[in-house]
Amino acid sequence: MTVSQTEFRTALLDPQRAVPAGLQDASSGPAGARFSVYRNNVVHSLTEALATAFPLVRKLIGKTAFDQVAGLYVRSHPPVSPLMMFYGDSFPDFVAGCEPLAHLGYLADCARLDLALRQSYHAADATPLAPEALQTGPDTLMAMHLHPAPSTRVLRSSWPLFDLWRFNNVENAPKPAPGAQDVLITRPDFDPLPHLLPPGGAEWFRALSDNASLSQAQTIATENTPSFDLAATLSLALSTQAFAAL
Amino acid sequence: MSNTMKSVAIAGAVAAALVGQSTTTAEAAAKEKCYGVSLAGANDCAAGPGTTCAGTSTVDYQGNAWTLVDAGTCAEIELPAMADGTPREGSLEELSRDLPA
Repeated sequence: MTVSQTEFRTALLDPQRAVPAGLQDASSGPAGARFSVYRNNVVHSLTEALATAFPLVRKLIGKTAFDQVAGLYVRSHPPVSPLMMFYGDSFPDFVAGCEPLAHLGYLADCARLDLALRQSYHAADATPLAPEALQTGPDTLMAMHLHPAPSTRVLRSSWPLFDLWRFNNVENAPKPAPGAQDVLITRPDFDPLPHLLPPGGAEWFRALSDNASLSQAQTIATENTPSFDLAATLSLALSTQAFAAL
Repeated sequence: MSNTMKSVAIAGAVAAALVGQSTTTAEAAAKEKCYGVSLAGANDCAAGPGTTCAGTSTVDYQGNAWTLVDAGTCAEIELPAMADGTPREGSLEELSRDLPA
Protein backbone atom coordinates (compact mmCIF):
# COMPACT_ATOMS: atom_id res chain seq x y z
CA MET A 1 0.00 0.00 0.00
CA THR A 2 1.40 3.38 -0.95
CA VAL A 3 -0.90 5.71 0.92
CA SER A 4 0.45 7.90 3.70
CA GLN A 5 -1.48 8.25 6.91
CA THR A 6 -1.87 11.97 6.22
CA GLU A 7 -3.37 11.34 2.79
CA PHE A 8 -5.72 8.73 4.21
CA ARG A 9 -6.86 10.97 7.06
CA THR A 10 -7.34 14.02 4.86
CA ALA A 11 -9.49 12.11 2.39
CA LEU A 12 -11.37 10.43 5.23
CA LEU A 13 -12.62 13.76 6.55
CA ASP A 14 -13.30 15.46 3.23
CA PRO A 15 -15.80 13.76 0.90
CA GLN A 16 -14.85 16.14 -1.90
CA ARG A 17 -11.46 14.54 -2.17
CA ALA A 18 -10.77 11.60 -4.43
CA VAL A 19 -10.19 8.16 -2.96
CA PRO A 20 -6.45 8.04 -2.21
CA ALA A 21 -4.61 6.41 -5.06
CA GLY A 22 -2.92 3.19 -4.06
CA LEU A 23 -5.69 1.99 -1.77
CA GLN A 24 -6.56 -1.54 -2.75
CA ASP A 25 -9.36 -3.91 -2.00
CA ALA A 26 -8.91 -7.58 -1.11
CA SER A 27 -8.39 -8.63 -4.71
CA SER A 28 -5.73 -5.95 -5.27
CA GLY A 29 -8.03 -3.76 -7.34
CA PRO A 30 -8.60 -0.07 -6.56
CA ALA A 31 -10.53 0.44 -3.33
CA GLY A 32 -12.91 2.88 -5.01
CA ALA A 33 -16.35 3.04 -3.50
CA ARG A 34 -15.30 0.90 -0.56
CA PHE A 35 -13.35 3.84 0.78
CA SER A 36 -16.31 6.16 0.27
CA VAL A 37 -18.54 3.81 2.23
CA TYR A 38 -16.04 3.72 5.06
CA ARG A 39 -15.65 7.49 4.94
CA ASN A 40 -19.37 7.96 5.21
CA ASN A 41 -19.67 5.46 8.05
CA VAL A 42 -17.04 7.30 10.07
CA VAL A 43 -18.91 10.57 9.83
CA HIS A 44 -22.29 8.93 10.27
CA SER A 45 -21.35 7.05 13.44
CA LEU A 46 -19.75 10.16 14.95
CA THR A 47 -22.86 12.15 14.06
CA GLU A 48 -24.94 9.51 15.82
CA ALA A 49 -22.68 9.76 18.85
CA LEU A 50 -23.18 13.53 18.93
CA ALA A 51 -26.93 13.12 18.63
CA THR A 52 -26.86 10.84 21.67
CA ALA A 53 -24.59 13.24 23.52
CA PHE A 54 -26.58 16.42 22.85
CA PRO A 55 -30.26 15.45 23.06
CA LEU A 56 -31.51 18.92 23.97
CA VAL A 57 -29.75 20.61 21.05
CA ARG A 58 -30.99 17.92 18.70
CA LYS A 59 -34.55 18.28 19.89
CA LEU A 60 -34.41 22.05 19.58
CA ILE A 61 -33.19 22.22 15.98
CA GLY A 62 -34.47 18.87 14.70
CA LYS A 63 -32.68 15.94 13.11
CA THR A 64 -31.94 17.48 9.71
CA ALA A 65 -30.30 20.64 11.01
CA PHE A 66 -28.53 18.74 13.77
CA ASP A 67 -27.01 16.28 11.33
CA GLN A 68 -25.78 19.18 9.22
CA VAL A 69 -24.09 20.91 12.16
CA ALA A 70 -22.75 17.61 13.46
CA GLY A 71 -21.34 16.73 10.03
CA LEU A 72 -19.37 19.97 10.00
CA TYR A 73 -18.23 19.43 13.57
CA VAL A 74 -17.07 15.83 13.35
CA ARG A 75 -14.99 16.57 10.24
CA SER A 76 -13.31 19.58 11.79
CA HIS A 77 -13.08 18.10 15.31
CA PRO A 78 -12.55 14.35 15.00
CA PRO A 79 -12.15 12.47 18.29
CA VAL A 80 -8.82 12.77 20.06
CA SER A 81 -9.64 9.86 22.37
CA PRO A 82 -11.25 6.47 21.74
CA LEU A 83 -13.52 7.10 24.74
CA MET A 84 -16.64 8.26 22.95
CA MET A 85 -18.32 9.16 26.24
CA PHE A 86 -16.07 12.21 26.35
CA TYR A 87 -16.43 13.19 22.68
CA GLY A 88 -17.83 16.59 21.81
CA ASP A 89 -16.53 18.76 24.63
CA SER A 90 -15.83 21.55 22.15
CA PHE A 91 -19.22 21.22 20.48
CA PRO A 92 -20.89 23.98 22.58
CA ASP A 93 -18.30 26.54 21.44
CA PHE A 94 -18.67 25.29 17.89
CA VAL A 95 -22.42 25.82 18.07
CA ALA A 96 -21.84 29.32 19.46
CA GLY A 97 -19.79 30.14 16.38
CA CYS A 98 -22.06 28.48 13.86
CA GLU A 99 -23.52 31.24 11.71
CA PRO A 100 -26.67 29.44 10.52
CA LEU A 101 -27.60 28.94 14.19
CA ALA A 102 -26.84 32.49 15.28
CA HIS A 103 -30.53 33.38 15.56
CA LEU A 104 -30.90 30.75 18.30
CA GLY A 105 -28.73 32.55 20.83
CA TYR A 106 -29.56 30.11 23.59
CA LEU A 107 -28.45 27.01 21.68
CA ALA A 108 -24.81 27.06 22.83
CA ASP A 109 -25.88 27.18 26.48
CA CYS A 110 -28.22 24.26 25.82
CA ALA A 111 -25.23 22.36 24.42
CA ARG A 112 -23.30 23.25 27.58
CA LEU A 113 -26.16 21.85 29.63
CA ASP A 114 -26.15 18.59 27.65
CA LEU A 115 -22.39 18.34 28.11
CA ALA A 116 -22.52 19.13 31.82
CA LEU A 117 -25.18 16.45 32.37
CA ARG A 118 -22.97 13.92 30.62
CA GLN A 119 -19.88 14.98 32.57
CA SER A 120 -21.87 14.73 35.77
CA TYR A 121 -22.92 11.22 34.85
CA HIS A 122 -19.32 10.11 34.35
CA ALA A 123 -17.88 11.95 37.39
CA ALA A 124 -16.44 10.10 40.36
CA ASP A 125 -18.66 8.88 43.18
CA ALA A 126 -18.70 10.62 46.53
CA THR A 127 -20.54 10.09 49.78
CA PRO A 128 -23.05 12.95 50.00
CA LEU A 129 -22.98 15.43 52.83
CA ALA A 130 -25.43 14.44 55.56
CA PRO A 131 -27.57 17.43 56.57
CA GLU A 132 -26.90 16.58 60.21
CA ALA A 133 -23.31 17.74 59.69
CA LEU A 134 -24.69 21.28 59.69
CA GLN A 135 -26.35 20.91 63.08
CA THR A 136 -23.66 22.74 64.94
CA GLY A 137 -22.94 26.08 66.59
CA PRO A 138 -22.95 29.38 64.66
CA ASP A 139 -19.19 29.84 64.94
CA THR A 140 -18.45 26.40 63.54
CA LEU A 141 -20.96 27.03 60.75
CA MET A 142 -19.34 30.33 59.79
CA ALA A 143 -15.94 28.68 59.41
CA MET A 144 -17.26 25.54 57.71
CA HIS A 145 -16.13 24.57 54.21
CA LEU A 146 -18.58 22.74 51.99
CA HIS A 147 -17.27 20.97 48.93
CA PRO A 148 -19.42 20.29 45.87
CA ALA A 149 -19.49 16.63 44.89
CA PRO A 150 -17.45 15.67 41.80
CA SER A 151 -20.71 15.18 39.90
CA THR A 152 -22.02 18.66 40.76
CA ARG A 153 -22.05 21.24 37.97
CA VAL A 154 -23.17 24.87 37.99
CA LEU A 155 -24.03 26.66 34.77
CA ARG A 156 -24.66 30.38 34.46
CA SER A 157 -26.74 31.52 31.53
CA SER A 158 -28.17 34.79 30.33
CA TRP A 159 -30.98 32.69 28.83
CA PRO A 160 -33.81 30.82 30.59
CA LEU A 161 -31.70 27.68 30.45
CA PHE A 162 -33.62 25.63 33.00
CA ASP A 163 -36.97 26.44 31.40
CA LEU A 164 -35.55 25.52 27.99
CA TRP A 165 -34.52 22.12 29.35
CA ARG A 166 -37.85 21.61 31.14
CA PHE A 167 -39.92 22.58 28.10
CA ASN A 168 -38.18 19.86 26.11
CA ASN A 169 -38.09 17.16 28.80
CA VAL A 170 -41.14 17.53 31.01
CA GLU A 171 -44.59 17.02 29.67
CA ASN A 172 -46.81 20.12 29.66
CA ALA A 173 -44.00 22.33 30.95
CA PRO A 174 -44.54 26.03 30.24
CA LYS A 175 -42.81 27.77 27.37
CA PRO A 176 -39.59 29.51 28.35
CA ALA A 177 -39.99 33.22 28.99
CA PRO A 178 -37.11 35.69 28.51
CA GLY A 179 -34.77 35.96 31.48
CA ALA A 180 -31.49 34.67 32.84
CA GLN A 181 -31.35 31.38 34.76
CA ASP A 182 -28.55 29.55 36.51
CA VAL A 183 -28.68 25.77 36.67
CA LEU A 184 -27.43 23.33 39.27
CA ILE A 185 -26.75 19.79 38.09
CA THR A 186 -26.44 17.06 40.69
CA ARG A 187 -26.42 13.28 40.63
CA PRO A 188 -28.21 12.09 43.73
CA ASP A 189 -29.40 8.66 42.59
CA PHE A 190 -26.83 7.83 39.93
CA ASP A 191 -28.58 9.88 37.28
CA PRO A 192 -27.90 13.61 36.92
CA LEU A 193 -30.71 16.13 36.86
CA PRO A 194 -30.75 19.90 36.38
CA HIS A 195 -32.31 22.21 38.96
CA LEU A 196 -33.07 25.91 38.85
CA LEU A 197 -30.67 27.81 41.11
CA PRO A 198 -32.03 30.77 43.08
CA PRO A 199 -30.40 34.13 42.17
CA GLY A 200 -26.91 34.38 43.63
CA GLY A 201 -26.68 30.62 44.07
CA ALA A 202 -24.15 30.24 41.26
CA GLU A 203 -21.79 32.76 42.89
CA TRP A 204 -22.24 31.03 46.23
CA PHE A 205 -21.35 27.67 44.70
CA ARG A 206 -18.36 29.10 42.90
CA ALA A 207 -17.08 30.64 46.14
CA LEU A 208 -17.45 27.32 47.95
CA SER A 209 -15.66 25.55 45.10
CA ASP A 210 -12.84 28.07 45.53
CA ASN A 211 -12.57 26.88 49.12
CA ALA A 212 -14.39 29.82 50.72
CA SER A 213 -15.95 29.24 54.14
CA LEU A 214 -19.71 29.55 54.57
CA SER A 215 -19.11 33.02 55.97
CA GLN A 216 -16.93 34.11 53.05
CA ALA A 217 -19.28 32.58 50.49
CA GLN A 218 -22.18 34.44 52.07
CA THR A 219 -20.32 37.74 51.70
CA ILE A 220 -19.44 37.05 48.06
CA ALA A 221 -22.96 35.97 47.15
CA THR A 222 -24.72 38.90 48.82
CA GLU A 223 -22.24 41.40 47.35
CA ASN A 224 -23.30 40.44 43.86
CA THR A 225 -26.89 39.52 44.66
CA PRO A 226 -28.26 41.36 47.71
CA SER A 227 -31.41 39.23 47.59
CA PHE A 228 -29.40 35.97 47.81
CA ASP A 229 -31.48 33.41 49.71
CA LEU A 230 -29.15 31.08 51.59
CA ALA A 231 -31.95 28.98 53.06
CA ALA A 232 -33.48 28.24 49.64
CA THR A 233 -30.13 27.58 47.97
CA LEU A 234 -28.83 25.38 50.78
CA SER A 235 -32.12 23.53 50.97
CA LEU A 236 -31.88 22.73 47.25
CA ALA A 237 -28.22 21.73 47.57
CA LEU A 238 -28.87 19.38 50.50
CA SER A 239 -31.94 17.74 49.03
CA THR A 240 -30.17 17.10 45.72
CA GLN A 241 -26.93 15.94 47.36
CA ALA A 242 -24.82 18.63 45.74
CA PHE A 243 -22.13 18.43 48.43
CA ALA A 244 -19.68 15.70 49.30
CA ALA A 245 -19.32 14.55 52.88
CA LEU A 246 -16.91 16.58 55.00
CA MET B 1 -23.40 43.34 57.82
CA SER B 2 -21.63 42.86 61.14
CA ASN B 3 -20.11 39.50 61.88
CA THR B 4 -22.65 38.77 64.59
CA MET B 5 -25.51 39.69 62.28
CA LYS B 6 -24.11 37.48 59.56
CA SER B 7 -23.57 34.62 61.99
CA VAL B 8 -27.19 34.83 63.07
CA ALA B 9 -28.37 35.07 59.46
CA ILE B 10 -26.38 32.04 58.37
CA ALA B 11 -27.39 29.97 61.38
CA GLY B 12 -31.04 30.86 60.76
CA ALA B 13 -30.87 30.00 57.08
CA VAL B 14 -29.10 26.71 57.77
CA ALA B 15 -31.71 25.80 60.36
CA ALA B 16 -34.46 26.60 57.86
CA ALA B 17 -32.73 24.56 55.16
CA LEU B 18 -32.41 21.56 57.45
CA VAL B 19 -36.14 21.36 57.96
CA GLY B 20 -37.51 18.48 55.96
CA GLN B 21 -34.13 17.18 54.82
CA SER B 22 -34.10 13.94 56.80
CA THR B 23 -36.82 12.24 54.78
CA THR B 24 -35.06 12.98 51.54
CA THR B 25 -31.78 11.49 52.68
CA ALA B 26 -33.41 8.38 54.05
CA GLU B 27 -35.20 7.84 50.76
CA ALA B 28 -32.04 8.37 48.80
CA ALA B 29 -30.08 5.96 50.95
CA ALA B 30 -32.62 3.26 50.25
CA LYS B 31 -32.10 3.42 46.50
CA GLU B 32 -29.67 1.23 44.67
CA LYS B 33 -28.14 1.47 41.27
CA CYS B 34 -30.38 -0.11 38.73
CA TYR B 35 -28.51 -0.52 35.47
CA GLY B 36 -30.40 0.45 32.40
CA VAL B 37 -32.90 2.62 34.20
CA SER B 38 -32.46 6.32 33.84
CA LEU B 39 -34.07 9.41 32.47
CA ALA B 40 -34.51 8.91 28.78
CA GLY B 41 -32.12 10.90 26.69
CA ALA B 42 -30.52 12.56 29.66
CA ASN B 43 -27.32 10.73 30.20
CA ASP B 44 -27.29 6.98 30.12
CA CYS B 45 -26.06 6.15 26.67
CA ALA B 46 -23.72 9.02 25.97
CA ALA B 47 -21.02 6.64 24.95
CA GLY B 48 -22.61 6.81 21.54
CA PRO B 49 -23.04 3.99 19.10
CA GLY B 50 -20.23 1.94 17.75
CA THR B 51 -19.86 1.26 14.09
CA THR B 52 -23.00 1.16 12.06
CA CYS B 53 -24.13 0.00 8.69
CA ALA B 54 -26.86 2.59 8.64
CA GLY B 55 -24.52 5.10 7.13
CA THR B 56 -23.89 3.52 3.81
CA SER B 57 -26.01 5.98 1.90
CA THR B 58 -24.19 8.47 -0.25
CA VAL B 59 -26.01 11.39 1.29
CA ASP B 60 -23.49 13.89 2.47
CA TYR B 61 -24.09 16.95 4.52
CA GLN B 62 -20.82 18.68 3.91
CA GLY B 63 -21.40 22.15 2.60
CA ASN B 64 -20.32 25.68 3.28
CA ALA B 65 -23.70 27.20 2.66
CA TRP B 66 -26.86 25.80 4.13
CA THR B 67 -29.85 27.32 5.76
CA LEU B 68 -31.48 26.22 8.94
CA VAL B 69 -35.06 25.15 8.76
CA ASP B 70 -36.60 25.34 12.20
CA ALA B 71 -37.91 21.80 12.41
CA GLY B 72 -37.35 21.10 16.07
CA THR B 73 -38.94 22.56 19.16
CA CYS B 74 -37.03 25.80 18.66
CA ALA B 75 -39.78 26.75 16.24
CA GLU B 76 -42.14 26.99 19.21
CA ILE B 77 -39.82 29.08 21.34
CA GLU B 78 -39.55 32.82 20.92
CA LEU B 79 -36.69 34.25 22.87
CA PRO B 80 -35.24 37.57 21.81
CA ALA B 81 -31.69 38.40 22.81
CA MET B 82 -31.53 39.28 26.47
CA ALA B 83 -32.23 42.87 27.35
CA ASP B 84 -28.90 43.25 29.08
CA GLY B 85 -27.16 42.46 25.82
CA THR B 86 -24.82 39.94 27.39
CA PRO B 87 -22.49 38.87 24.60
CA ARG B 88 -22.56 35.22 23.72
CA GLU B 89 -19.48 33.12 24.12
CA GLY B 90 -17.61 31.78 21.17
CA SER B 91 -16.88 33.36 17.84
CA LEU B 92 -17.34 32.82 14.15
CA GLU B 93 -13.64 32.29 13.58
CA GLU B 94 -13.61 28.64 14.49
CA LEU B 95 -16.10 27.66 11.84
CA SER B 96 -14.60 29.69 9.01
CA ARG B 97 -11.15 28.37 9.87
CA ASP B 98 -12.27 24.77 9.79
CA LEU B 99 -14.24 24.84 6.59
CA PRO B 100 -12.47 23.40 3.59
CA ALA B 101 -11.34 25.96 1.03
